[in-house]
Amino acid sequence: MPGAQERILRRRINSVKATKKITRAMELIAASRVVRAQQRANAARPYARQITKVIEDLAASGASVDHPLLRDAGEVRKVAYVVLTSDRGLAGAYNTSVIRATERELHANQLAGVDYELITVGRKAAAYFRFRNYRLAASYEGISDKPTYENAREVAEFITNLFHSGGVDKVILAYTEFISIASQKVTVRTFLPLVPEETIAEVGSATAVAAYEFEPSPEAVLAALLPRYVEARLFAALLDAAASEHANRQRAMKSATDNAEDMIVRLGRQLNRARQDAITTEIMEIVAGAEGLKGNQGDDEDLLLDRLDPIHLFPQHQEQQHSAPGHV
Amino acid sequence: MTLQVELVSPEGILFEGEADMVIARTVGGGDIAFLTGHVSFVGTLAAGLVKILQPGNQSQLIATHRGFVSVSHDRVSILSDVAELSATIDVARAEAAKARAEEELRAHSDDDEARASLRRAEVRLQAARG
Repeated sequence: MPGAQERILRRRINSVKATKKITRAMELIAASRVVRAQQRANAARPYARQITKVIEDLAASGASVDHPLLRDAGEVRKVAYVVLTSDRGLAGAYNTSVIRATERELHANQLAGVDYELITVGRKAAAYFRFRNYRLAASYEGISDKPTYENAREVAEFITNLFHSGGVDKVILAYTEFISIASQKVTVRTFLPLVPEETIAEVGSATAVAAYEFEPSPEAVLAALLPRYVEARLFAALLDAAASEHANRQRAMKSATDNAEDMIVRLGRQLNRARQDAITTEIMEIVAGAEGLKGNQGDDEDLLLDRLDPIHLFPQHQEQQHSAPGHV
Repeated sequence: MTLQVELVSPEGILFEGEADMVIARTVGGGDIAFLTGHVSFVGTLAAGLVKILQPGNQSQLIATHRGFVSVSHDRVSILSDVAELSATIDVARAEAAKARAEEELRAHSDDDEARASLRRAEVRLQAARG
């Protein structure tokens, strides 16, 4: 039956068009969210910088830098992994690359006889690791899209407690670092213990030499400061991950929209061909019918159709030449 | 000569400007005022008010619940993850929080969390009312 294929193609084109509308909308939403997430990440920077500066000042004034968060356990028997992923998919390889990197690290350590704890942020990591029967110490959902400092505090507190009293000797953080809108990098690095060289970097600057007065005491200030520092670092990682998520989603949705466009063009061509085929078939049928009638009525010259040879009208349909009944 | 003051929270810089004097409450040290030429200082903030006296008889009141104050070379940095400028405080909400905390405290007088939130609400109200 002619037209059946046309109908199917038309339906497919419509559905691809609808999908394209959705992916395009998601692309635009993601694009605006990247900008906002970037702004938030930038807004968080002064705080982190100031906290780091105070720690540097503390170190410069000769306070004894000894705190559980700074203590290296030596032999590592248990590592906690903190994985930052998103709650929702459709973000390209964003989630899988972080999860893969974590799993690789975890397996390597497991072979060396190191136990693990898993802390996941985002539904995707939780689903992945739960499905594969990993033990999850904690999982946080609903915060990765737009993390607040309150969220960072909650997670940081859990991690710090594990580190203090959960037998965890090391905490590794896996997340996607936001370098620019076009480039994000999966980063797996030690989160705790804090590395003194990293925390107390570049003390040498002239301003740091000034003798500080500490209230109540250098040790007490440090003890109050380090947990805030951990929170600020985690908050920065969460904000980076959120910006990366939106950038990845934007990219994935852009290529989906492009693909949909290509597909619409391709299907449109198929549709045109199918329509032409249907028209040709119809003409053939009419011509055949007329030919049949002519046989009955006799007078050849009267029929205009005699001069309408389909082969001349539709040269691309040469293959139908043999079956064409118009050519007697 | 004036002090350069900035109030920084993890969500961004809440206040930045000049001041003649800054008064803050530190843990163990009570209220402490900073003027220009103050010795370099780092302190832990207690739940309380930070008062920034700006040139021209203006002032800013800030409710902080914890954080740090760092002073060096006439720059005062107030770092707090829970800080609110008096202008942004919702008085009705703070009063509701206060009432709720008082209620809690009547039921369990040893509830530290309720006591802390009562203190926070009081500080907020103090800041909002000047």
